[in-house]
Formats: sequence, C-alpha cells, structure tokens
Amino acid sequence: MTLLSVQSISVSIGTLCPLESITFDIGKGEILGLVGESGSGKSLTAMCVMGLLPRIGGTVTKGSIVFDGRELIGLPEIELRRLRGKRIALISQNPMTSLDPIIRIGNQVDQVSILHLGLSAEAARARSLDLIAQLRIPEPAAIHRAYPHQLSGGMKQRIVIAMALAADPDLIVADEPTTALDVTIQAQIIQIMVELVRDRGLALMLITHDMGVVAQACDRVVVLYAGRVAEMNVIGEIFAQPKHPYTRELIRCIPRLGQERGSLKGIPGAVPSIVDYPDGCRFNPRCGDAQELCRNQVPALERKSSGLAACHFSEV
Amino acid sequence: MISFFIKRLLLLIPVFLAVSLVIFMIVHLVPGDPIDNLVQINSSPEQKAALAAKYGLDKPLYQQYAIWLGNALTGDLGDAIILRRPVSDLIAQNLPHSLSLGALALLFSTVVGIAAGTLAAIYKDSWIDRVTMTLILLGSTVPGFWLGLLLIMLFAVQLGWFPVSGARSWDALVLPVLTIGLGGVALVARVTRVAMMETARKDFVMMLHAKGVPPWQIELRHVLRHALLPVVTILSLRIGWILGGAVTVEFVFARPGLGSLLITSLNQRDYPVVQGALLMLAVAVMLGTLLGDIIQAAMDPRIRERIK
Repeated sequence: MTLLSVQSISVSIGTLCPLESITFDIGKGEILGLVGESGSGKSLTAMCVMGLLPRIGGTVTKGSIVFDGRELIGLPEIELRRLRGKRIALISQNPMTSLDPIIRIGNQVDQVSILHLGLSAEAARARSLDLIAQLRIPEPAAIHRAYPHQLSGGMKQRIVIAMALAADPDLIVADEPTTALDVTIQAQIIQIMVELVRDRGLALMLITHDMGVVAQACDRVVVLYAGRVAEMNVIGEIFAQPKHPYTRELIRCIPRLGQERGSLKGIPGAVPSIVDYPDGCRFNPRCGDAQELCRNQVPALERKSSGLAACHFSEV
Repeated sequence: MISFFIKRLLLLIPVFLAVSLVIFMIVHLVPGDPIDNLVQINSSPEQKAALAAKYGLDKPLYQQYAIWLGNALTGDLGDAIILRRPVSDLIAQNLPHSLSLGALALLFSTVVGIAAGTLAAIYKDSWIDRVTMTLILLGSTVPGFWLGLLLIMLFAVQLGWFPVSGARSWDALVLPVLTIGLGGVALVARVTRVAMMETARKDFVMMLHAKGVPPWQIELRHVLRHALLPVVTILSLRIGWILGGAVTVEFVFARPGLGSLLITSLNQRDYPVVQGALLMLAVAVMLGTLLGDIIQAAMDPRIRERIK
C-alpha cells in the first residue's frame, strides 16, 4: 500500500528550477533509496516531502505529494507542522549541527513526544531513555543529561535518530545520515537505523550517494540526475540490469575487493550546473552513447521491462 | 561553576594591578602641578616642598604607588586636595546616585531592547521590523545630552510630569533613566535582532522545524536563548560605561554621580579624587565583565567546558 506518492513535482527557487517532474512513491514499511551525486536534488526532494521548502525560499510550482491519502501541497503550515515530527520525521545530514548546542540532549529528545504525543515530562523522559538504549548507547541516563558537544558525531546521529523515532512516525526521511561521520561507524549507524525501521514497520526514504548503502539497505531505488528522475527500480533489478547509462556508471564506480590497484573509477565530467543544464537528456555530455536525439529531446520517464527509466536508448 | 567563578576572580588580580598602575601613572603624566593650586601666590620653594612632603609627592614614584595602592586596598583613597575631605566619603556620597541611575537604565535597556529586537527579528522585513529599526537608528544616533534636553522640555517644562533636575525624589530618576536607557535600548535591540537572525539560519533551527515545534517556541526557547549570549556581553561592557560615562547626562540633569565627581576633580587637578573615582570605575568595569562571563557560562555549557 502506498504511503507517500510524489507526482511530477517541480520546484523553483528564485529563477532557478532545481527539481523537474520528480515522481516516485514509497509503500508502507518500504525502504526507498534516493541516489544521485551532489547537486542532483536529493536534499531538496527531502525538503519537499517535509514541507520545509518555503524555509529555504523554494516553492513547488507543479505536481502533488500525497501522504497517507492526504495532499500535502497547499496544506496550511499549521497542518504540516502537525505531521512533521509526528508522522513524517527527518534525520538530517549533519548531526554535528543538528542539535541545539546549549540544551541537554535528553530535553531535545523529550521535546518530540511531549509535543506530539502529549506526554508528561517524566513519561517523555522514560520514553527517551528507552529509545536511547535501543540505539545501543551505553548509559542512557548519563547521555540524557549530556550536552551535544560532549558526544561524538556517531552518538549525536543516534540521538537524531532517537528524535526521529520519538513520536512513532510512519515515514522517516533520512538525508545522507552518515555522510558527516567517520567511515568506521557509517555502516553501524545505517545498520541500527534500518533495523529499527524494519522492526517497527516504518517506511524510510534513505537519501545517499553511496550505492553500497543502497545495496545493503533498500528495497527500491530512485536515481536522480540533475534534478530529474533517471531511473527507478527494485533493488535486484537495478544492480542486475540498470536501464539508464547513469545508473550503470554509478554501479561501475562501486569499488570491489580484489580490484586492481589504481583502477578506482569515476564518471567522467561533472554534474552540470543548475544555471546551464544541457538541452535534451541532462546526462548527454557525460554519456558514452549519446546521439543527436539525446541532445535535442528530453527523454520521458517510461516503463521498461522492469521499473522506469528516462533514456531514449535503453533497449529493454 | 564555583571553580570557574574563583578562577575568573583570580584572573582579575593582574588586571587590577595593571589598571591601577595606569591610573596612578596617568595622573602623573598629565601636565600641571596640584601643589601650584594649593599654595598661595608667591610662596617660597620651601613652603611648596613642605606641602609636597605632606601629601607624599616628594617620594619616588614607585613608593608613591605602593603607598597609594596599599591604602586603596584598605579603603583609604586619601584626602581630596581641593575638597579637603576623604575621597572615600566623596565616592560613597556619589556612588548610590550613579548606581541607581545605572541599574535602572541598564534594566530598562535590557528589557525593552530585547523585546524590540526579538519582535524585529521575528517579523523581519515587515512593517514592525521597519518601524522598530527606524526608531532604533534614531535612538542610537541622537546624543544623550540632546535627548535629555528634549525630554526635559517636553516632560518637565511643558507637561510638568517630572522634575527638571536634581536627585531629591524617585521621579527625578525617570528622565535621566530614559535618556541613558534609550541609547542602550537601541544597542541591545540591534544586537538581539542580528543575533536572532543569524541563529535562525543554523541547521538545528531547521531541525526544530522538522520536529514540528511551533515557530514561537523555536524563536523564544531556542533562537532567543542563543541570541542573548552576545547581548549579555555588550550589557556587561555597558555597566562601566553607564556608571562613568553618563557624565553628560548627569550634567544636563544636574545630578550628583561618579561621572560629575570625576570631571569636576579633573578640572581642579584634584589627583586623589580622580584616582579614586577612576579606580572605582575600573573595578565596576571588571566586575561587570565578570558578571557577564558568569551569566554566559550559566547559559552556555560549551563555555563552562572550556574553562575547566
């Protein structure tokens, strides 16, 4: 059953149009990966879903976002606020800056359940302590009393996850939750997060640029490129048979054990700048198979043998 | 917290020594001899020397400093040369006036300034912001003595609500407090507004919105708390300024106070009084910054950590 359905959303910030016709959906209890390089519009998509776009000066110019049968576009801010934190929660990119530095960790976690579940201060504290323990943080009571600067990045991100879980949401939007962390704890955090999400049957929109994380955690993947959806498919198909050349390149870039020294790959060229996106398919300047058609005509996001892809020349 | 307090207090000792040395020296570097003011015209050099010996002015400077500092620490600031009274008496007489005026003005500018700055920041770019900021601009550019005169003309002369001058009753305080306080309001409001707008751009504020916290709660419980940190700094720096720098306002309202005492004795080259008053102001400034630091440490756990 679909929990969140994003239909051809376009976003403008000033005169720029960083997102164009973004379409995807997330089922109840599903983990959807949103992949793409920096600048592809992943975080902006998260902002759209959270209804926080106006805070960064953006507006949705077209399309609809339906969450649990309710249209979010055009919903008054006060209604959106009741959903935020309660039914749709955010795990932000940088745990180092996501917590209020002068307020005790515990109070910041308690705040969510006091606000959305109407718990008393003591009940909220008990709930937070329980959550903190579930995130495998030693000495929950001591952490509850601590201030953010006394915790490591990994610990802080666990706290941010605890805040996201505090009001029992249905959907969690995790915007590159491990990018700012040490590599050694990235896998651990992803693992804990995925485990808790699965245990509770929550839906998760996991934004990342790490195809390894996607392979490990996600049920389905949406690949974004330069503000458009390039491809969308279930996890097995994406890796077995990528339909879009960009997806192929992304997968080719995953380093493998036993790979020859010096054979680390990248995609040649760079994500085009938002101020001068190329005509036609936005990937055409970096695509090895680009034809005249790719330079002139925007490929539609079409159903292929499995999943959806936006490429003129994907055979299957 | 207590160890922090003691540490900050100990840090003040070298500052106090340095400041007291400067205060002591400045007066000796200024041209003009106080003995010349004291002796009768045509006195003999012997008479002058006798007077200098009486006030200890014939001793080497370092000895004079040691004696002066030692006495000052026991509360003996010497006798005023012109006014012929103990300096500590003069200060004790003037200080309460400065304190009541300064404390009320500080309170007024804190409360009104923070409120105005918060409103302007929350409603930024709206008419509320523009009106507030225009008033603030006016308030920070109008010189205190002129504002004081305007207030006297309107409220004391025209409307007759408050006395024109003096310090005899509580209502004589209203206009001077307003005069000094309004400048402070402008300063505090500006700092509050900018600090709040800066804080509002931080990641954790976006996170609070993502948690669904109501905007007024975000502004007052989180953003304002951060914005108050720089406000505390400027307020603590202002304590000394208000006590000593309110002299023009004291003059306009013909009020006694440390500022007027200082200016009068400077004109008369009454060294002991100048030194005593300056020393009091320096101590006030030091205690002000100490107070500011303590309040900041109480508000921000990161500062407490740094001190440990």
